[in-house]
Amino acid sequence: MRSIEAKGLTKDFKVYQSRSGLKGAFRDLLNRKYRMIRAVDHINLSIEQGEIVGYIGENGAGKSTTIKMLTGILEPTSGTLQVNGYDPHREREQFVRTIGVVFGQRSQLWWDIAVRESFRLLKKLYRIPDDSYRQHLDRLVEVLEIGSFLDQPVRKLSLGQRMRCELAAALLHRPRLLFLDEPTIGLDVLVKENIRHFLKQVNKEYGTTILLTTHDLSDIEALCSRVVMLDQGKIIYDGDLERLRSQWGDGRRLILELKDEISLSALNERSHGLALRWEGEGTRFVAHMENGTGVSDVLSRLVPAVTVREMKIEEATTEDIVRRIYREGITHHA
Amino acid sequence: MLNTYMELVRIRFLMMLAYRVKYYSGIIIYSLNIGVYYFLWMAIYGENSSLNGTTPVQMATYVAVAWMSRAFYFNNLDREIAAEIRDGTVAIQLIRPYHYILVKCFQGLGEGIFRLLLFSAPGLFLVSLVFPIQLPTGVEDWGWFVLSLVFAFVINSQVNVITGLMAFFIMNNTGLIRGKRVLVDLLSGLLIPIHLFPEWAGKILAFLPFQGISYMPSTILSRGLPTSEIIQFLGIQMLWLILLLIPIQLLWMTARRRLIVQGG
Ligand SMILES: Nc1ncnc2c1ncn2[C@@H]1O[C@H](COP(=O)(O)OP(=O)(O)OP(=O)(O)O)[C@@H](O)[C@H]1O
Ligand SMILES: [Mg+2]
Repeated sequence: MRSIEAKGLTKDFKVYQSRSGLKGAFRDLLNRKYRMIRAVDHINLSIEQGEIVGYIGENGAGKSTTIKMLTGILEPTSGTLQVNGYDPHREREQFVRTIGVVFGQRSQLWWDIAVRESFRLLKKLYRIPDDSYRQHLDRLVEVLEIGSFLDQPVRKLSLGQRMRCELAAALLHRPRLLFLDEPTIGLDVLVKENIRHFLKQVNKEYGTTILLTTHDLSDIEALCSRVVMLDQGKIIYDGDLERLRSQWGDGRRLILELKDEISLSALNERSHGLALRWEGEGTRFVAHMENGTGVSDVLSRLVPAVTVREMKIEEATTEDIVRRIYREGITHHA
Repeated sequence: MLNTYMELVRIRFLMMLAYRVKYYSGIIIYSLNIGVYYFLWMAIYGENSSLNGTTPVQMATYVAVAWMSRAFYFNNLDREIAAEIRDGTVAIQLIRPYHYILVKCFQGLGEGIFRLLLFSAPGLFLVSLVFPIQLPTGVEDWGWFVLSLVFAFVINSQVNVITGLMAFFIMNNTGLIRGKRVLVDLLSGLLIPIHLFPEWAGKILAFLPFQGISYMPSTILSRGLPTSEIIQFLGIQMLWLILLLIPIQLLWMTARRRLIVQGG
């Protein structure tokens, strides 16, 4: 059974506009003007059990709205949706037993009671048997390193402490599918690392499917084999990270520090026929190499005539790539 | 299932215990109210030994019981629900395997039990020392009263849930909530027992659910009604309790459709 199977999933929001002034307010009472916003636009998404999928896109692209539909919070405007074999909105109470959710922006723990009490309540809610609860909780506490503040009320925890507790809370009932909406927002490097490590382990050990949204692309690099990119409610890329890099990576950059000065035209002449573009002057040059051009090819052309003192190869980071896509749009390039 | 909801009651109780200082002022306000209404009624009685068949002692008992019952059935579910709708937490609650409204009601019950134990029971005892009130001693009377009070709690909570859910349709319903509170105190017979209302008003109130919130349980305990009448009261309460489920279900179903989530 697939974890997620969505076809033509769409969500429209009605946004009411208020007229200004007292007269406007009265007119609003009688007939309010509204505008439709299509937050998610006919997306098709199919995710297998055990995948870790990164869901990325600019602010307002529709990521959270998608997650809210997939978790049964919002009713889709149109399209078909099966998650863990359920219709999330119609069969909500049974369905939510099979998923775990963490919203980075919002706490789902009870604000005023100790973390441990929250967990106990969840145990009752999800009817987790005693021994399996204890075992699993011990494990979560150990890996997430949350033992020292289990007895504090949630409102007294720091963001990073709270987020780790939220993760534990989302996984107590061993869901088959985990949704994470910006789980690493505002966390320090160590906590981020701890969480990533933990998620990987959960995925590997229990085969938990994970769908996460994030603006931190190193999360994606560390965790996801597959990326889905959303733009204005539409999926513009769905595939593995490697392909995204090679399609968009624009090749590598070769940075050279030469012993003697040379002109740009001389360099161009030497590398004639290779797919690259030179930049720089004097002794410092950068070769922007298109995909398929090898560093050794370039060097073998140069070496007879010029002496290379220093050399560095740079690859576009995922962040560079994504920045370009956000800026230029995927259609422009492809 | 019930187990889960009882856990919610327990947790709310613990939370209230943590914030108990906030409730000490409540004890004073309730005692003051009882005092004020006691003296007010005694002034109205003057030399009379009966008002519409109610003796001064019965009236004093009614006042004390009604206010102490209010400590149990009263809750802020309307405000809580409205606030959670406004800030979007209601949506987050939907990822839990429970019924949001039931959860709210059980939290209200936890709060009610807290106030009943730490506040109504000792309060009623204190008041009985200061004012000449007469509580029945029979187990049976108390049994009927407890049953009626539980119904009162449910009806009042249902009214609150309906008011709170209105926030889905009118984003700012604070006015509605405030108005409702005054209305319930008046129409439930808390301030004036319903049998002392003018006849036309009494007839109207007989067709409203509010009598079941204060008038019925308080009358059962303060006036020593014949069993047949008590059973009639309980029947009316039960009828309302079932009838009120309909608008709640309708509101909730529409609300879930229209649910939008603010922020994030
Ligand atoms: N409750 C709502 N009412 C009206 N419009 C909404 C509502 N929620 C979201 N939107 C709109 O839908 C679009 C998608 O919002 P969404 O929250 O899904 O974006 P996102 O991809 O999660 O962005 P971010 O990265 O900033 O979290 C936005 O244009 C937003 O304004
Ligand atoms: Mg978002």
